[in-house]
Amino acid sequence: MADQQEERIPVMQQVLDNPFLLLFLGITIPTVLYVLWGVMEIANIPVAR
Amino acid sequence: MTTTYRICPRSGLQFDTNAEKLMRWHAVAGVLSLLVGGIMALGVILTRWPAVKLLEADVFYMVLTAHGIDMLIFWIIFFEMAVLLFASSTLLRCRMATPKLGWVSFWLMAIGAIMTNVAIFQGESSVMFTSYVPMQAKWHFYLGLILFAVGALLTCFIFLGTLVVAKAEKTYEGSIPLVTFGALTACIIAIFTIASGAVILIPTLLWSLGYIREIDSLMYRTVWWALGHSSQQINVSAHVAIWYAIAAIVFGAKPMSEKVSRSAYFLYILFLQLASAHHLLSDPGLGSEWKVVNTSYFMYFAVLASMIHGMTVPGAIEQAQRLKGYNKGLFEWLRKAPWGNPAFSSMFLSLIGFGFLGGISGVMMGAEQLNMLIHNTIYVPGHFHATVVIGTTLAFMGLTYFLVPVLFKRELLFPGYAKMFPYLFGLSMYMVALVMMGAGTLGVARRHWDMAFAGSPMAYEWPGAAYLMMGLTGIFGTIACVSGGLWILQIVFSLLFGKKLEEGEMRSTPIPLTLPAPTPGGAAHPPATPGTMVLALIFLTSFILYYFVNWKYLSSLWSMA
Repeated sequence: MADQQEERIPVMQQVLDNPFLLLFLGITIPTVLYVLWGVMEIANIPVAR
Repeated sequence: MTTTYRICPRSGLQFDTNAEKLMRWHAVAGVLSLLVGGIMALGVILTRWPAVKLLEADVFYMVLTAHGIDMLIFWIIFFEMAVLLFASSTLLRCRMATPKLGWVSFWLMAIGAIMTNVAIFQGESSVMFTSYVPMQAKWHFYLGLILFAVGALLTCFIFLGTLVVAKAEKTYEGSIPLVTFGALTACIIAIFTIASGAVILIPTLLWSLGYIREIDSLMYRTVWWALGHSSQQINVSAHVAIWYAIAAIVFGAKPMSEKVSRSAYFLYILFLQLASAHHLLSDPGLGSEWKVVNTSYFMYFAVLASMIHGMTVPGAIEQAQRLKGYNKGLFEWLRKAPWGNPAFSSMFLSLIGFGFLGGISGVMMGAEQLNMLIHNTIYVPGHFHATVVIGTTLAFMGLTYFLVPVLFKRELLFPGYAKMFPYLFGLSMYMVALVMMGAGTLGVARRHWDMAFAGSPMAYEWPGAAYLMMGLTGIFGTIACVSGGLWILQIVFSLLFGKKLEEGEMRSTPIPLTLPAPTPGGAAHPPATPGTMVLALIFLTSFILYYFVNWKYLSSLWSMA
């Protein structure tokens, strides 16, 4: 029981130790907040007639 | 390809010889790009110096394009790929994943860099670093950049593959080292950067070939900056990793808190790329919500991360020095630091210049209202010369002094110049950044061949201070170019003619992992770091004052005071 408690790795450390989860977050967040949001705003600008 | 390992007798580091060779080739290709970019820098500076005005307009824009691309893309990314290889296979003490693919990626990058340079020097691709549409370059300008990006992307995946190899073969225990974690951050940002580049450069290539009729200029700018600015955020992550590495190499310093430093890198992974939006703060069509969320609310998390690194690196050095007995007063640890060791002095000048000049000005520019003061002025190059040249290039140059004997196995020639170089180059670049920002605050335009717009309907009479600062840019820029050129000569001469050093033991298997014995009674409590705290308070005071002064300036400029 005591060993199990010693071996428990904190959630944050598990996140930081997972390079592919970090890769997913590092691509998704700027893609959504910067690229997609920005492109959607530009695409919604009315075309001049 | 067979894997052998070399144990460096000077550093104790274990190199996979496949990775080691690739590191050397990437570093050399980077320095060659720096040479081309540096010669072009001299052309840019001597033209923007009003009293000299060396080049004609068409040559100036060609030279400016080559300077931007060779420095901001080729030099730094070649060197960063070497850093990724070092931080994975060497620091994790494992074999490199897919060395053959490593050579494919290197040659893609090299061919891409040559192709783009050929396109630029043929004279019909003077579109500058940003290559904004509807300005059109020749097709091989874009194709070269795409090939270079694909090569760099492959190296990023090799880095991730090497992490998997190290974990599977249990060459490390627990979490990866902090420097490798910094390189992982750089790798993640690089993948986002390169993917964004592909999204915009592939259609632009097709447009230059005539397959696509037009590309929307605002759409181009928005997506392009995810490449253009984020590529500079790869630098930030990489040079911060180098700061930690040099602190460990020179002082044996351990991070003050692994958790805090890793959390700061985590903030980089999540938010650093969003700073790209500060190039679009004056563009119509993009809403304030998008601008403010990207450049302020979330970007400030990344700024916080930089401030954490800026405090924990000198803090770790202070702790290491105090443990060695340098305890007198607030700053004996700093006074007794090895200022004659170019790896350390470059790193420390890089850290201070990046924080005080590049960091503070970057936050100021990122505020939507304050951005109007300096948008598209020479303040912007002043800011990014503080981040990219003082922050990144100086750190890379300092690390190179360590790499000459360790990676290239040669004795460094002209050690006297090595002691002097960081001050000569670093302090002249401090001045360049400062006077550029000064001239930009007065409104001098960036990029323009002739600041006076002589003979045009927009001719403007500048105050004498603007001409003075552009003249000082020329003087200090020339000193920086010459000292940087001498650094290249020193490194090239050392690699060609320096005394060959002992290779070290060669092995067919890596050295098995040995864990340090636990300290009896637990680790000693690390010493406090009051000197670093004072440095941090000086930084914060400067930050607040500069921010306030710019708001005051904005209000007086518009007569709203």
